[in-house]
Parts: sequence; structure tokens; C-alpha cells
Amino acid sequence: MDRRAGGGETIMATSEVVHAHAGPQGFIRKYIFSLDHKVIGIQYFFLALTAVWVGMFLSLLMRIHLIWPQVNLPIVGHIQPETYLSLLTMHGTIMVFFVLTTAPQGGFGNYFLPIQIGAPDMAFPVLNMLSFWTTFVAFVVMLAAFFVTGGAPLHGWTGYPPLSAVQSTGPGEGLGADLWITSIAIFCAASLMGALNFITTTLDLRAKGMTLMRMPLTVWSWFITAILGLLAFGVLLSAGILLLMDRNLGTSFFVPVIVVNGQLMGHKGGSPLLWQHLFWFFGHPEVYIAILPGMGVTSQILSTFARKPIFGYRAMVYAMLGIGFLGFMVWGHHMFMSGMSPYSAFAFSLLTMAIGVPSAIKTFNWLGTLYKGRIRFYTPMLFAVGFVSLFVSGGLSGPFLAQPTLDIPLHDTYFVVGHFHLIMGVAAIFGIFAATYYWFPKMFGRMMNEGLGKAHFWLTFIGTYAIFMPMHYLGMAGHPRRYSQLTEVAYLHNLIPLQTFMTYAAFITIGAQFIFVINLFWSMLKGPKAADNPWDATTVEWTTATPPPHDNFGGQTPVIHNGPYEYGVPGAARDFVMQTDPAVGAAH
Amino acid sequence: MATVQHAVHDTHGAFEPSLFGTYSKKVGMWLFLASDSLTFGALLFAYSYGRISNPAWPTPFGKESIANATIMTACLLSSSLTMVLAVMAANRGDKPWVRNWLLATMFFGAAFTVLHAQEWTRLIADKMTPSGNPWSAVPLFGGTFFTLTGMHMLHVTIGVIYLGVIALRKKFLPVLLVLWALGFFLTPADSVFHYGIHVLLVGAVISAIVLFLKPKDYDANDVEVSGLYWHFVDLVWMFIFPLVYLMSTKV
Repeated sequence: MDRRAGGGETIMATSEVVHAHAGPQGFIRKYIFSLDHKVIGIQYFFLALTAVWVGMFLSLLMRIHLIWPQVNLPIVGHIQPETYLSLLTMHGTIMVFFVLTTAPQGGFGNYFLPIQIGAPDMAFPVLNMLSFWTTFVAFVVMLAAFFVTGGAPLHGWTGYPPLSAVQSTGPGEGLGADLWITSIAIFCAASLMGALNFITTTLDLRAKGMTLMRMPLTVWSWFITAILGLLAFGVLLSAGILLLMDRNLGTSFFVPVIVVNGQLMGHKGGSPLLWQHLFWFFGHPEVYIAILPGMGVTSQILSTFARKPIFGYRAMVYAMLGIGFLGFMVWGHHMFMSGMSPYSAFAFSLLTMAIGVPSAIKTFNWLGTLYKGRIRFYTPMLFAVGFVSLFVSGGLSGPFLAQPTLDIPLHDTYFVVGHFHLIMGVAAIFGIFAATYYWFPKMFGRMMNEGLGKAHFWLTFIGTYAIFMPMHYLGMAGHPRRYSQLTEVAYLHNLIPLQTFMTYAAFITIGAQFIFVINLFWSMLKGPKAADNPWDATTVEWTTATPPPHDNFGGQTPVIHNGPYEYGVPGAARDFVMQTDPAVGAAH
Repeated sequence: MATVQHAVHDTHGAFEPSLFGTYSKKVGMWLFLASDSLTFGALLFAYSYGRISNPAWPTPFGKESIANATIMTACLLSSSLTMVLAVMAANRGDKPWVRNWLLATMFFGAAFTVLHAQEWTRLIADKMTPSGNPWSAVPLFGGTFFTLTGMHMLHVTIGVIYLGVIALRKKFLPVLLVLWALGFFLTPADSVFHYGIHVLLVGAVISAIVLFLKPKDYDANDVEVSGLYWHFVDLVWMFIFPLVYLMSTKV
């Protein structure tokens, strides 16, 4: 701890030249409507932190209801089947949009992409601010759905019609569903603003010497994520507009002739499958929007804490590009149940399994990076290794589900729930945790507590496996998903002990998150002061002061001489060479 | 802000050369257009999907409609030409002609919108709605028509406001407000455009915020970037015109 906190040999000379460009004065311009990408990044971070507690609370209610369906909870009361569906919908939506999309990209990407490429700010600071506040409005509108007549919608985060397209299908499908769609549409606009800012910044504002192949893998991951967001959210926006029209103007884009609760609706000639095509054209890239930044952070941290260059830097870049590209061609694998032609299903299946190739390249490169490394097991490293573990565990069930013959029996069971929670939920969250522990010193100028961090890691790591691994078994035993009451069903009776175990595991895992929040806020106020480069890392954000000045580098622009992961360099004075150090004949 | 402007017009060589030597605003606009083309792409996909799955798709557009749509197309094509001339004038530094050509572009854009609004009004008077039409039992005909052309009309209107801000700056605000008031009082109270005209009011408010918070002289780059947007909107119409009109001609 002594070596990392408060000074030591790693402080760079740049901290002495902090001057120039005093930031804006006044509380509102400085902290509320700030144009500084660092403040905006922290705003996104806290928005996601708020959202994740809401989402987690909803999942806790669901887990309680599943094993004690008759229990009368304080405030919430007795959970009705339709309330359960509302909880499920809002849990999924809030987690996917306002946590997994917001924290890694909006939060850490905003804060560190410009610094890591040596830029003073984003290319369009005003757009950046608008992007955050638009996201904030979307979140408020989303939460408002809880409090209107009928409550939150029932249609799941995927919003499948006809349930989502006809107002009379359920209690939450009135105003609640309209607010839900409106929130998503606003979120699309916010993501668009963010994405084009990230891409333009990466293309236009790299400091001298920061060639594309010298960018840290985190920057690559944010860059590719932004491209996915730019292309995917535009389609979701259209789908949302059409859904709103079906609901309120009587159009029939997604609705065929249909009888709801004994009443013939006026719709005719539409197809729910159109929604599935449009939604999953967005929805599948969205999975990679959630996970790619985690891959970037994991690469960065594994290399730093194993004290070795990342194994196969170029392969990592091409693998991420490959995953992003293939991600747009596999949306049909979410629709094997829709009765699609087996020929289309075969094509989608083949392309989906092809994603296994770049994913395996990444996994083996991470293992290659760890191999014979001099590993320093600080908390960020634990979470990064945890990410690899979860990525493998969650990813391995992917090839099962990619095959129509296996997907058809498994699709509507807990097997799928276990699969996507491990890979898209927990692995991505581990990426966020790793990033938090890793960059907290730079963002807040203090160190987080290692002991609490390690306790948080082990409880979360074991706890999440305990929740989501048994789901695969449940699914193979034929346990359907999205059903609210299963304790009375005879053929599932033997599975109740497993459900009970998962609920207890959820209690413990959620309890462990209090350790994280206490550590976060306590360290923010009372943690030991952090040095400029506490992890002996090489990338550009560690060359500037902690926390960085308003324009990141005190009126200067760094000059880049080296690749991003020059650890264990033979002949260097230290065991690492920073990107800004004069060249020592390093690679790239 | 200042720091980033400095970076964009990088004279000290502190940054890597940008992609194709472009400036950030141009890259940003191209990226927006990439996203917007997928938004329109999804709408066109929805139209095609609905049309293929409904074999009894009506084909009601007679000579009058097609002639009208052809004139509208000619307006947009002319506006693309005047836009090119505006960009050329901007590159010469010929400010009066930048303004003249931009105003000509806006005129053609506005003419397109007015003609299109009249077309909508006629169709609505013929009892065509988003959920039904008098010519067939295919409700999606109206739904797709109003969605696609409505989204495009919105884009043209935003484009006219955008060009107006570039061409006239603060002097454009009273013009916009007069157009809004005229539109509001000249349209009958039961017309969709009686409410739709409020787009101009919203546009005026946003333009005022932009013009008063960041007053500046728009340069040749701003003209070029607005031109990218304008040409894109024209291009989208070149998909909508054959798909929605020519393929639904009365035979």
C-alpha cells in the first residue's frame, strides 16, 4: 500500500505543469451542466449506480416471490402474477439500457477515451452534455412507468407484440407501456449523440504518435462499441416509433387480426415477426455493446497486473472488429422459435457459431497474457480474471443455443436465463467493477480499500455463480422462464430446493454489494491519497495529475512514442515503459 | 470548448492527422447520416415487409398524384443543385451568393413540403387514415405511407430551418415565427398541419438557443456540412418516390 499511495517513483513530471485553462467556475456549470468529459463520465457512472440498485431490488422481489409466492411484503404487498411480469420487464430494461449500456461506455468511456488518446476533451462537448441529460430524462420517464395507472408494462425487455402493441392486453400495457417505449426512444437519441462523439473523437483527436495500432484496447473497445451503437440504435428508434403508432394511431405494423380478451381488435395485416426482426437487429449488437468495453478493460488490466504485454495485440483488435461485424448478422438466432425457414435458421446458426472463433481468440490471448506473468493480485485484477471466467462459463452455453435443434427445447426455459445473465449480465458487471477499482484512484484521487475490495470480489464471484449456474440445470429439467408461480406445479416440485438455494445466494450476493458501495463512498472521502500512477501502468491517463486538470494535460498535448502495453521491457530502467516515454526501440 | 476547437484546427502538429483530412463536424455529420440511414432503412424494411405480406396492396395513385409527386421530386433535385452552388460559392468566399443559393434551396425545400402537405390533405379528405383506406382492406397502406413520408417531411422541414439559420442567422428567427403564425392561422383547425406546424415553433426555440448561446459567423465548412444533410434528405426521397408512389400507380 505504501508504494502505491502517496508518491514514489512513478509520479510523472507533468503534474508540475498543471496550469492553463482554469475550468468553468460556479457549481452549475462545473458539476451539473458541465462540458468536461470527466464530469460527464462521473455523472453517467452515478446514474448507472442508481439504476443498478433499482434493477437489483426488482430482481430481489422476483426471487422472493418465486419461492414464497404467498408472502406479503412491506410496501410492495402481495405480488400478483402481472406485477411479477412488470418486475421482470423493468429489471431487464433498466439493467440492459441504464446499467450495461450506460456505465461502461457512457461512464468509463467518456472519462478515459479522451485522456487515453491524449485529447483535451471530446470532439463535441456540448453534444456530450446533451447526451447525458437526454439519458437522464429517459431514465426518469422509464421510472415514471411504475407510478401511472396500471403500473409498469408486462411485455419483457424485448417488448414483443402483440402483447406490447395492444393497449388492452394487460394492466401495465396502457400508459405504462407508452412511457416505456418513449423512454427507449429518448435513450436511442442519447446513444446516437454519444456514439458519434466517441467515433469522431477517436478518429480526429489522437495525440501525435497515437496511431490506431498504439491505442489501448480499451479505446478500441469503446470505439467499436460506439460504431455498434450508432448503427443499432437508429433501427430501434424506428421500431419504437412504429410500435407507438400501433398502440395509439391504430396502425397494424406488428399486429395481425387478433382477439384480445374476447374482443376483436381493429388490426389486420401486420406481423409480430417484423418487430422481432427490427428489435433483434438492434438487440444482438446491444449484447456486444454491453460486453465489448468489459473485454477492453479486462485486456488492459490483465496486461498491467501480469506485468506482460498483452498477448497478440493485433489479434485482439481484429477479434473485436470481427465480433462487432458478425454481431449484425446473427439476429435471427433469437427467432428460431418463430417458425422461420430451416434454411434461414441454418445460416443464422452457422454465423452465430462463427462468433466463437474471435471469442476464443480473445480468451486464449488473455490466458497467454497471464501465462508466466508476475501477477499482482489487486482487486481490479481479481475482477478481470473473474470476467474471463464468467465469459467462458457464460459463453460456452452459446454454441448450444446457437443450434436450432437444441434451442427449440431450451429457448423458453431457465437455460437461456442462465446463459445471458452469466455472459451479458454478470461478466459485463465484472468488467464495470474491474474498471471501477482500476480507475477509481485517477477519478477521485484516492485509493479504494483492498480488503473490502477482495471480500466484495469473492462474495460476488461465488454468489453470482451460485445464482446463475443452477439455472442451466433448471432449464434442462424443463423449467419454463417468465412464469410467476411454480410452487404448485407437480413436475417442478423437485426443483424447489434449487430455486430456494438460488434465492439465498441472491440475498448474499446483494448483501455483498453493500460492501462495494460502502468502500466506494468511504474511499471517496477518506481513502489514502493516490499517486499519479499507482498501478505502474503505461497508458496516457497515468501520466497526468490525479485527478486530471480541466483540459486533462495542463495546456499541453502529450506525444506518444510507444505501444500501450510495454511491460517487462528488456533494458528499460523500470519494468514498464509508458506510452509517453521516449522510444526505447519498442514494438509497434 | 476552446481547447477542442484548437485541436480541430490543429496548426501545431500536436495531433495525428485526421481521417481523410476531414474536420470533426464533417465526420460527425457523416456519422449522423449513417445512423439516420438505418432509421429510414428500418422504415423502408417495415414498408416492404408489410407490402409483400399483403398481396391485395392498393394502387390508387392516379395521374394527378404522380404528376404532383414528380413536381415535388423536381423541387428536391433542383434544391440539390442550388445547394451545390451554395457550397461552391462558400468555397470562393462569395458571401452574397452563399446566401442567395441557400435561400433558393430553402425555397425548393419549402415548396416540396407545401406540395406534400396538400397531397396529404387530399388523401385524408379521401378518407385515408393511418389505419385504413377506401381502396382496399389493407390497413398498412395508410400506415406505411404516413410514416415514411411523414418522417421524410419532418427531415425536410428541419433541413429548411437548418439552412435558414446558416443563411440568415438571427434574422431568420422572425421569418420562422411569421411562417409558423401563417401556417397556424391558414390551416383549418381539424387539419393535422394545424398541429404539425408547431414543428416550426420548436425549431425557432432551438435555433434561438443555438444562435444566442453560440453566436458566430458560419463559414464554408458549416455550409458544406449542412449540404451533406440536405443531399441525404434528397437521396432518401429518391427511394420513397418509386417505392411508395410509382409502385402504387393506378393501372
